[in-house]
Amino acid sequence: MTDASLHSAAPKSLTAIDSRTRRRKAAETRFRLLGLGAVSLGLVALVFLLISILGNGLGAFKQTRVEFPVFLDAAVLDKSGTGDPAALKKITTIAYGKLIQKALEAELTAKGIDTLGLSSKDILGLMSKEAPAELRDRVLADPALIGQTVPFSSFATSRVDGFFKGRVTLETAARDANISPEQLKVAQAMKDAGMIATKLNLAFLTASDSSELRPEAAGLGVAALGSAYMMLIVLVLSLPIGVATSIYLEEMAPKNKWTDMIEVNIANLAAVPSIVYGILALALFINFMGLPQSASIVGGLVLTLMTLPTIIIATRAALKAVPPSIRDAALGVGASKMQSIFHHVLPLAMPGILTGTILGLARALGESAPLLLIGMVAFVKDFPAAPPEGLLQPATALPVQVYQWTQRSDPAFVERASGAIIVLLVFLLIMNAVAIILRRRFERRW
Amino acid sequence: MSVGILTLIVLGLAALGYFVGRQRALALVQGDARHLHSLPNYYGWSVALFAAVPALLLTAAWLFVQPVLIETRVSAMLSETVIAEAGSTGLVMSDVRRVADGLNAVAAKAGLDEAGIDALRADFTDLRGRLAEVGVALGADVDTSVLAAAKEYRILSGEGRIAMAVAVLLLTLAGGAFALWRITPEQRARNLVEQFTLALLIGCSMIAVATTAGIIVSLVFESVHFFNIYPASDFLFSTEWNPQFRGGSSLGLWPLVWGTMYVSLIALIVAAPIGLMAAIYLSEYASANMRATAKPLLEILAGIPSIVYGLFALITVGPILRDWFAEPMGLGNSSSSVMTAGVVMGIMLIPYVSSLSDDIINAVPQAMRDGSFGLGATQSETVKRVVLPAALPGIVGAVLLAASRAIGETMIVVMGAGAAAQLSLNPFDAMTTVTVKIVSQLTGDTEFASPETLVAFALGLTLFCITLALNILALIIVRKYREQYE
Repeated sequence: MTDASLHSAAPKSLTAIDSRTRRRKAAETRFRLLGLGAVSLGLVALVFLLISILGNGLGAFKQTRVEFPVFLDAAVLDKSGTGDPAALKKITTIAYGKLIQKALEAELTAKGIDTLGLSSKDILGLMSKEAPAELRDRVLADPALIGQTVPFSSFATSRVDGFFKGRVTLETAARDANISPEQLKVAQAMKDAGMIATKLNLAFLTASDSSELRPEAAGLGVAALGSAYMMLIVLVLSLPIGVATSIYLEEMAPKNKWTDMIEVNIANLAAVPSIVYGILALALFINFMGLPQSASIVGGLVLTLMTLPTIIIATRAALKAVPPSIRDAALGVGASKMQSIFHHVLPLAMPGILTGTILGLARALGESAPLLLIGMVAFVKDFPAAPPEGLLQPATALPVQVYQWTQRSDPAFVERASGAIIVLLVFLLIMNAVAIILRRRFERRW
Repeated sequence: MSVGILTLIVLGLAALGYFVGRQRALALVQGDARHLHSLPNYYGWSVALFAAVPALLLTAAWLFVQPVLIETRVSAMLSETVIAEAGSTGLVMSDVRRVADGLNAVAAKAGLDEAGIDALRADFTDLRGRLAEVGVALGADVDTSVLAAAKEYRILSGEGRIAMAVAVLLLTLAGGAFALWRITPEQRARNLVEQFTLALLIGCSMIAVATTAGIIVSLVFESVHFFNIYPASDFLFSTEWNPQFRGGSSLGLWPLVWGTMYVSLIALIVAAPIGLMAAIYLSEYASANMRATAKPLLEILAGIPSIVYGLFALITVGPILRDWFAEPMGLGNSSSSVMTAGVVMGIMLIPYVSSLSDDIINAVPQAMRDGSFGLGATQSETVKRVVLPAALPGIVGAVLLAASRAIGETMIVVMGAGAAAQLSLNPFDAMTTVTVKIVSQLTGDTEFASPETLVAFALGLTLFCITLALNILALIIVRKYREQYE
């Protein structure tokens, strides 16, 4: 009886897999694939993000330019014939615009391009609104050019640029008040005739921001300089303060309630949302201390406060990694506690500290929310002066510039914003690479 | 003399003091450093510190006090009508400061001396035009009393600056001389310098405390202002958010909190499973090689600035979600929506969840796994029945930390979630969050003292409290859990 029941419950074979095992194995495979899927999903998101930014932004580094000779008519630009600089300055960009328009029309006829019945205004509309100002600056810088025919090259308007980059098509142009399909056809003919070319545009990196109407001329210069100023302030302030705090907490402080509180405090500060720091900066630095709005010093100070917890945490880890035997040896040969720390422990911890600092700086470089609140969203066209006065002058920062551009209606600014992001990411990549190299090269394992 | 130059001079004198002090200490013992109590450098340092520190402290204090003193004296000169017109003394004073700056610029440009500036009259000369020439644009013509105040302001601040420079330099010299006079071979210079260094270290570590205090004080202070002019009960219990330029706004908190919670919820629905599964895979299944490549790559996601995610939401994810999901399903036609912001934020949070969970899963003792394997469990059964339950508190902590990130995140929601404050269940509707409204209320053109602006501080306080509570909760949970296996 017992024998029989045992027999019937026994597995059929040891080599054949029964259904329960198969189910368990399938569950195992499923779970494993789920995990792999999660990892790949994360990586796919990363790749998708980068491709999207690169795809949108690479175009910002190239810009369509129109080239043709312009006759600088003395009868228009220098009526008195004296070349008096004050009189030259009185000639507005409207007069220069007319010169450009004439020259462009003449060149179109010379090249045999059919203008499809476009009005003179429409033909000038192919050019950037920046072009007359550019020509004017050139003439004012060198009045001897007046009366000559000079080769002139300037940006095409952003719609023409978008046409050659594929952002604008004949269909969208038909619905666009700023450009007509005929204008685009003429532009195409000009390109075939070699008058229009899309070239590398380094002005994107160096020029200052431009108004809503001329996205083709907008550049990152002021933002990059402002970011550089702020990083300088962050580095100068947060490195010494962070290291000093860490040394005190890690090496000197007695273990009591007070130091415990400081530690909890720092841990919490690291998790405070960045926008709250912006509110602090607005209330403390601008309203209470009366520092100027949108100045890089305010931005630098608030980013310093934000970066401090990161640097303190990294520095404390680096100090902790130095073995106690180093301290004991220094104390043993008669060094004071301060001497043992500053002469021995700190130099050995330096690579770790620097790595943490660079990572903190990289974080500060990409931060934008607090900067919005201290007035950095203002439109800044002028470059700030050299420090120290420049630190008090209005500036903007790379991430804030990106935000500003996305808030404008012209789609050409989206390309600019993505281009600015590429610049930002390149900086972050460099900083992180330096941090990794520092760690690899100088980190000691005890 | 500008403050920068003054500081440089003080530091230069201090450096000089260092060398003199060091030389004097050595000279006292005829160059034989063995007879000194401390190393010669410490004597130099003591002189430099005595020269620089009191002087720099005085500079800071002076810069702080002088404007307050001058403003009280100058504001008394302003006529009542001007103040009444502008609405507050503060606004007139900012005009006075600008006019004073403008006068300096005009004087520098036109080469005017003091008498020339004194002769400038608001009612005769076109002062506004001249000020505009040097880049000081004024909204209206300069009032006589404002001009008089500005002139007084100029003179007082000029005198104050000179007095400051003299006082600071005298203090530098006096401090240095005092320290030099004190140098004797027996002086315990090292102890002195080290005590000072310790004070400096303590002072620096106070900055962290001061930051927290500053955050709390500024938030609470301005929130109290806000609640004085806007009833707290309306803010806390109203479900309508509708700020008006001319007053009469409804500033109810709930639509914003709802938007924040909805976005964060979607972000966590995306980030928590993916992050957790990624952590499980990387710690339990992946080969060492794969772990070494995939983990840093995933962590790149955490290093990318949030503005990048914001742009990603705005130009890529938003349109995709609208064209492929929202419009075909008839759920709306806005590219900025709770879904957009939530999904993108979820991507950003994946590494936060995965890194923390990874640490926690690794901290589960191997013996527990071995026991499970010994009983015949498969790897996934071990993970599900043994490792995860053991790691659960830590994982909850990680998710809470991610949630606090999500609630405080600004740029993604500013660019991806929209600006309409509404209580809706449709994830494809544009909604707004606390952080979005903080940005829009503080970057708008409304007057600072109006409830529409001050509400941002009350919102900030709300945000600070929520995230702080979440963080503390998460830290307590994680810490408890760590102790369990140590």
